[in-house]
Amino acid sequence: MSVVIYVPCDAAAVAVGADRVAKAFVDGLARRGVEGRVVRNGSRGMVWLEPLVEVVTPAGRVGYGPVKPKDVEALLDGGLLDGAGHDLRLGDVEKIPFFAKQERFTFKRVGVTDPVSLDDYLAHGGYKGLERAIAIGPADTVEEVFNSGLRGRGGAGFPTGIKWRTVAACAPGKKYVVCNADEGDSGTFADRMIMEGDPFQLIEGMTIAGVAVGADMGYVYCRSEYPHAIAAMNKAIEAARKAGYLGSRVAGSDYDFDMQVRVGAGAYVCGEETSLLESLEGRRGLVRAKPPLPAHKGLFGKPTVINNVLSLAAVPFIMSEGAKAYADVGFGRSRGTMPIQLAGNVKYGGLYEIAFGVTLGELVEDVAGGTFTGRDVRAVQVGGPLGAYFPRSLFDTPFDYEAFAKRDGLIGHGGVVIFDDTVDMAKQARFAMEFCSVESCGKCTPCRIGSTRGVEVMDRIIAGVEREKNLAILEDLSHTMKLGSLCALGGFTPYPVMSALTHFPEDFGRGSMPLAAE
Amino acid sequence: MPILHAMQETFGYVPQDAVPLIADAMNLSRAEVHGTFTFYHDFRHEPAGRHIVKVCVAEACQAAGARVTTDKIAKALDCAYGETRPDGQVTLEPIYCLGLCACGPSAMVNGRLVGLIDDEAIDEIAAEVRS
Repeated sequence: MSVVIYVPCDAAAVAVGADRVAKAFVDGLARRGVEGRVVRNGSRGMVWLEPLVEVVTPAGRVGYGPVKPKDVEALLDGGLLDGAGHDLRLGDVEKIPFFAKQERFTFKRVGVTDPVSLDDYLAHGGYKGLERAIAIGPADTVEEVFNSGLRGRGGAGFPTGIKWRTVAACAPGKKYVVCNADEGDSGTFADRMIMEGDPFQLIEGMTIAGVAVGADMGYVYCRSEYPHAIAAMNKAIEAARKAGYLGSRVAGSDYDFDMQVRVGAGAYVCGEETSLLESLEGRRGLVRAKPPLPAHKGLFGKPTVINNVLSLAAVPFIMSEGAKAYADVGFGRSRGTMPIQLAGNVKYGGLYEIAFGVTLGELVEDVAGGTFTGRDVRAVQVGGPLGAYFPRSLFDTPFDYEAFAKRDGLIGHGGVVIFDDTVDMAKQARFAMEFCSVESCGKCTPCRIGSTRGVEVMDRIIAGVEREKNLAILEDLSHTMKLGSLCALGGFTPYPVMSALTHFPEDFGRGSMPLAAE
Repeated sequence: MPILHAMQETFGYVPQDAVPLIADAMNLSRAEVHGTFTFYHDFRHEPAGRHIVKVCVAEACQAAGARVTTDKIAKALDCAYGETRPDGQVTLEPIYCLGLCACGPSAMVNGRLVGLIDDEAIDEIAAEVRS
């Protein structure tokens, strides 16, 4: 009998030795004369168990992890091929509580299939969404996405359906679909996992967007720090094109759509949509003033749908299962699910897709299990380098765009970075300013100059020089940056800075202040 | 951008002499090409060392202890961040996030990803750089 062993190709698994584990299995099978193959799947999202190896048995897939290359021989000798017991045996991976509690809409195939196999994708419900979009036509497809309540997963939370409506309403002619895969936020890796673990889903989502708004060309702008994702996307695009899912007359329909991957070059600000468009056009990634909106004048001055990877990857589910199935879960005005990424000093880190409404405390304490250092959680930064630091007293905040905004925070791209009690929040505030000054595109003054002054002010505060005076300057500066910056980089840098100061004043040499009343 | 990427892939950096050539071929001014070239962190102005080590310095890795790890790596490699060691053996660079935020601290060593960096991993990196 031919055995099948899954060893993830996800970058997080590779970083902890998955490539060597895969090779050890290939060699181990060959030495034993066992016929079999090692499939490189995506990651199940349980990063602390990586490399998480699964073997196909008559009773289903059985997981083992974390597997080190030196464990492979013992596992094979111990009857891994029959799913036999071993210290590393996890059993049915989908029954592990971390996995079982999730609602996987966007990530349902990630970790299950061979990411670059179109046959696998089709066998697991792939391209059903596009089929339906073609059947019901562009106008109804746009309405379906609108009715799902899907909001921009890049962080701004703008309704995707309205964006699509706007572009669809523009006069026919050249239009573009651009996918923002410049996932620069620290603590986020969901886009990467989609591109590495289920690239066809993103391709399908973009194709549906193209059909819906009348665009025939798409670009994925992927950051250069993700070589594995770029390779997987290119392979999948090639396979989709060969099978007639990209190119002229997509899937035998009357619509044309093709796409390409473009690689960034290490500029964080290019995750801002107008800066990204400038970069795609081959220029410095300077932020554009809005209006005009990209939906009216985007790439090369043409109407452009620009969405995050997670927004576009959610579309095939919405189209195949219906808007209602997606909108039925969620919280308030945040409908559907959010792939949340638990990172930093975390015991059980990884990707956790769940309906909106779960509280920050549940995520940090119950799901993530606190810190891996075993120390107390002191602060949690939600939403990347521009997101606010939340103290334990705000752990009752539900994961929802509005609820976080109400508490001067943001959910951003869904990254949750956990810090233990050794963190110095003044240093983190300084880092936020420093990051902004390094990554500022330089177009607007509050961000370009403000961030540099911010670092200097923080240095004085940390050194204890005229603290109260400098703290007043810091507050004033933050206010100016927040209101005066052209884009979110300068505009949101005050979030981590001011939240650190508000919630952890003792780190800034201020006595502990009573928390503001809710 | 694809041209600049290709240059860097071929030469390991983008030679200054290439700027007027690209400008000519693309029907752009030299200033425009220079502007694009200098805006992005990735494009090198001079050749890198034989080994390239990029260490993540972003928040998630900081939370996992990267502030200590980054110093240790600099010491082990005897090289400051953003610099190439005088003997040309290694270039050490800070990088803002490799997307390995649940298995930090992380780094990219000659294109290979390394997560959960501990003292043993630092020794391995140092050994690789010596070779």
